[in-house]
Amino acid sequence: MEILDTTFSALADPTRRAILARLAQGESTVMELAKPFAMSQPAISRHLKVLEGAGLIVRRVEGTKRPCRLAKPGVEAVDRWLEMLRGALEMNYQRLDDVLAELKPGNEKEETR
Amino acid sequence: MSMTLKTEGDRFVVVTRRFAALPEAVYRAHTEPELIKRWMLGPAGWTMPVCINEAKPGGKIRIEWTNGQGGGFYLTGECLELVPFRRIVHVERMHLPDPTPDNHIVTEFAPDGDGTLMTMRMTLPDAESRAQMLATGMEKGMEMSYVRLDEIVAAGDGVAAKG
Repeated sequence: MEILDTTFSALADPTRRAILARLAQGESTVMELAKPFAMSQPAISRHLKVLEGAGLIVRRVEGTKRPCRLAKPGVEAVDRWLEMLRGALEMNYQRLDDVLAELKPGNEKEETR
Repeated sequence: MSMTLKTEGDRFVVVTRRFAALPEAVYRAHTEPELIKRWMLGPAGWTMPVCINEAKPGGKIRIEWTNGQGGGFYLTGECLELVPFRRIVHVERMHLPDPTPDNHIVTEFAPDGDGTLMTMRMTLPDAESRAQMLATGMEKGMEMSYVRLDEIVAAGDGVAAKG
């Protein structure tokens, strides 16, 4: 599964994951992407090359600019992350369900553990 | 009970969740440190040694998490407005260790039959901060999936790896 390996190593870097999250809001130029990351444009361009190589983004030519957007696998990767984020929150809320069940009148326990 | 997490416009994230308890109990579980400590924990194995939540306008918030193995981070914030059992408005930021942009959060508890519908609306300063906040959440999600992967690997002794 060489493609999967390339995808995983592309996703292993936090800056690249943040770039994908930014692109989830729509197409951006390198200059727009570089702004929030306090990184040089060549450094961002190197990350974009890795993402493009992994098939997570696509770029088109517009004069001297090469705006990028998420490719379908990139969209799916972002969706999976959002799903994990939901999962992490849901884990907290299931614990809260248990706390609330104990708070119900008649179920008060002073010491739980 | 189904939870929703959605982005809205450029700067908002909205989370909803229903609880099988009255708004008073859900509100208390969001404002009393002894209760907060029992559920707002994140991945398995993490604990909250410090939870300060002064539930009054201008009150300070400080929450520290640790994984017991030298890993940890903390959150600071301020309470802005409290309407008992109905509404909490506060601002918070994570320290990782650099502070993240302020996240302004309005949490509302509405009676819903014999339960409560909670709506949490987060407002970030701009689209970039929201992308970074979601990416941080993703990071935690990734961390959890790695933890799960470790468990699977640990449980998989003797199972031949598929090439």
